[in-house]
Amino acid sequence: MTFQGKPKFRHPSIPTNALGFTRRDYEGSMSTLCAGCGHDSITSAIMHACFELAVPPHRVAKLSGIGCSSKTPTYMLGQSHGFNSVHGRMPSVLTGAYLANRDLIYLGVSGDGDTASIGLGQFCHVMRRGVRMVYIVENNGVYGLTKGQFSATADRGSKSKKGVHAEDSPIDLAAVAIQLGATFVARSFSGDKAQLVPLLKAAFQHRGAAFIDVISPCVTFNNHEGSTKSYDYVREHNIAVNALDFITGREAIEIDYAEGAAQAVTLHDGSTIHLRKLDAEHDFSNRGEALTMLENCRETGEIPTGLLYLDKDVDELHDTLGTTTRPLNALTEAELCPGPKALAAINRSLR
Amino acid sequence: MPIEAINDFVIRFANVNGSGSASANLLFARSILRMGAPIAPRNIFPSNIQGLPTWYEVRVSERGWLGARGGGADMLVAMNPQTFAQDVAALAPGGYLFYDSTRPLPTTMTRGDIAVLGMPLTEICAAHYHEPRQRQLYRNMVYVGALAALLDIDFAVLEELIAERFKGKEKLIEANGRALRLGYEDAQIRFACPLGIRVQRSKAVGDRILVEGNYAAALGALYGGATVCAWYPITPSTSVAEAFERLCGRYRIDSATGKKNVAIVQAEDEIAAIGMVVGAGWNGARAFTATSGPGVSLMQEFFGLAYFAEVPVVVIDVQRGGPSTGMPTRTQQSDLLICAFASHGDTKHVLLIPDGPGEAFEFSAEAFDLAERLQTPVFVMLDLDIGMNSHLSAPFQWDGERTYDRGKVLSSTQLEEIAEFGRYKDVDGDGVPYRTLPGGHPTLGAYFTRGTSRDRYARYTEDPAPYVDNMERLALKFETARKLVPQPVVRPASSPSPIGVVYYGSTSAPMDEALALLAEAGLAADALRIRAFPLSPEIADFVRAHERVFVVEQNRDAQMRTLMASDLSLDPAKLTSILHYGGAPITARFIADAIIGRLRPAAAPLILEDVT
Repeated sequence: MTFQGKPKFRHPSIPTNALGFTRRDYEGSMSTLCAGCGHDSITSAIMHACFELAVPPHRVAKLSGIGCSSKTPTYMLGQSHGFNSVHGRMPSVLTGAYLANRDLIYLGVSGDGDTASIGLGQFCHVMRRGVRMVYIVENNGVYGLTKGQFSATADRGSKSKKGVHAEDSPIDLAAVAIQLGATFVARSFSGDKAQLVPLLKAAFQHRGAAFIDVISPCVTFNNHEGSTKSYDYVREHNIAVNALDFITGREAIEIDYAEGAAQAVTLHDGSTIHLRKLDAEHDFSNRGEALTMLENCRETGEIPTGLLYLDKDVDELHDTLGTTTRPLNALTEAELCPGPKALAAINRSLR
Repeated sequence: MPIEAINDFVIRFANVNGSGSASANLLFARSILRMGAPIAPRNIFPSNIQGLPTWYEVRVSERGWLGARGGGADMLVAMNPQTFAQDVAALAPGGYLFYDSTRPLPTTMTRGDIAVLGMPLTEICAAHYHEPRQRQLYRNMVYVGALAALLDIDFAVLEELIAERFKGKEKLIEANGRALRLGYEDAQIRFACPLGIRVQRSKAVGDRILVEGNYAAALGALYGGATVCAWYPITPSTSVAEAFERLCGRYRIDSATGKKNVAIVQAEDEIAAIGMVVGAGWNGARAFTATSGPGVSLMQEFFGLAYFAEVPVVVIDVQRGGPSTGMPTRTQQSDLLICAFASHGDTKHVLLIPDGPGEAFEFSAEAFDLAERLQTPVFVMLDLDIGMNSHLSAPFQWDGERTYDRGKVLSSTQLEEIAEFGRYKDVDGDGVPYRTLPGGHPTLGAYFTRGTSRDRYARYTEDPAPYVDNMERLALKFETARKLVPQPVVRPASSPSPIGVVYYGSTSAPMDEALALLAEAGLAADALRIRAFPLSPEIADFVRAHERVFVVEQNRDAQMRTLMASDLSLDPAKLTSILHYGGAPITARFIADAIIGRLRPAAAPLILEDVT
């Protein structure tokens, strides 16, 4: 568990993005998670999405709580500042960071224990406030670092590696997020990069609270028969409600869709999400329908993935607070200190 | 004999919470202040919105003794039947009882050694006002008018204050003025005005202002450049955040865009509030929260993170009676230890301890400089007495040339100039490392902030050597803090004395008077006021230079004495505690009696005097 530098050698013909960065520029230090951990696939998808979006790596701030998932920000975006805070409290730290500087891109990485168990309160409130961020839960249903106890997302009746059955009702974080005001809510599977990368790209471009619940099997403690978060179980029960292609504003749209097969959603910055509906029933722009669909799937035991809900015209936290467009951390005495003359007037009013 | 005193008496108002008495009582207090006589008003109130007893006490003191005096009041305005008997019993012999005589006073309810002044307030109001709410509200103004006549307060001063208070609202000026005059004129007919106690025009107030400590702390945060405030409502700190919000509405609006140069968030709890402050501090904004004991308890884990990860944080702690929910509306100095050593593991934190609104303003502004200079949490330790009561204070001052000390933050240019960046390297030998802010340089200076152990380059490690190296540097940083924090204030007696008195915070106001009482008793003492933790070595010198040292505190467990023993290795046996923690502010008489009692046990038996 010590820092390991990676060789910086790169092949001369390695592709670059619009900013001239290669994929290697989005990497972090070597992962210390178990081989085959779903979290590493998510890390890889995040780096992939950032590379394709041509995000300047140093303009991302990565924040996390405590747990296996919360360790992953170290393994990506080595030129970004990261903050591995305290258990279940990443949302508040991220909110404060966002208040201080609205110009950075905020990535919150958490797990099911960190978010649904100890951190449920802060998760709810950060969604309510509409903090502009991408909040990812790497959801494996167990505590990895303390060796396999259930978290609050474990399905009732599912079996732990030690043979214990989960008895409590599970928390569906996507449903909670939709209900509490998140304006971009998606679910994906760490093993489905083709779905996860465009979802991440769209989430990064969303101007509000974006939440992605990523089922991410724990190969060590929750990948056995009787688990509902194993690779096999998720593959068998995954139903994608839509497939999407994400196109930034500067890209030419080259994909051809048969008429009526795809729906285009233009985001605030001119980028578009092209959604191909796989489940004809699902209308992602309707909160009530999204919640009903989640409930129906819960009853049938299916795991719906894809973009579950999107409201693209939203006010985010700085809008509701009415803060200046300049980062607050850049303001100086000139803007902040009323000075001695104003103080003399205050003194007069107190006599 | 009725008490006779000019500009030197205590008047207590016994009211019912929610009856609108607060603004009338404040008007009364301000009118004396306008006459130039120093006053010390205090609220004694329950944790309740409507119905429970509440008291307001105004001490008038030409000599400027502004702490709670102790002893019975010289005059009582008894407006609460529920507490009438206990209030009358607490009146000083020779005192004056003013009450609503609409209903006759049972003889069992009074005393032979006081002057009784009855005015049928309810009857007067019923005759002049029709709305029930008006009758109740203006009844308060009628008694203020009567008091003006009884205490020889210039009626024009009341009119002037009303005109200022309701500027632009002519109807309210007229209505309130009429109620005041009703009382004033009725009292002149009914009683022999003025009484033996009275107010006389004076120059003693000078240019001083009357202000609450919480407002002063909020003003300090405004001047200190706070741009993020995250808080959760809790008595008695709520008015810090609310005052900050009001001040920002006036002074932090960009004139060109109408946008705010501040972000204020009411969090879902204290944990989220401090989490936001930590996130904002990490990201380079000046951020603070205001809270009280229960909030400090909840925030512990984050204080440990901010200490260990070295994030600037400012906390304004308005202390109240503990433990647990304790006495939410009573004062104490009982959060010292929990703040000084907040969170698990080896931690210690910087505390600034203001003596009143003046230092509350100065220290809360300075807290932001210190927090950024030291990259650590800084606590401003107010208490309910300072925070929620109005105090006469020297006018606030601010040097127009003053700039903020943003501490050791490396710019992109500096990053390119230095040989290498190590987030936790002690480059200057003061234990304070250099930091970078997120989003700065494209390729240099990024690091991972964590609550886990790390080496000088912010890399995770559990090896003993780098862990110890880091902990030793943090200890060294605390020694740097010791030199930067406000140093103690020493007040020598007129001639060398073997007696030393150590005190801090809101004990300051009664201590002025207590020292005078001690001197009158032939026990002149040198006094030292502690203003910060880590403690200055000057305090150890002071203790060693005196034969007998008293440490006066408003808590049960002698928390400052514990800090003096641990931080300065002083022998606790040499420190005699004088402790007052019943929830009412400590009084001059209590301090003097307790010290005299310990120095001359035979001569003066210990009198445990208290108020309310």
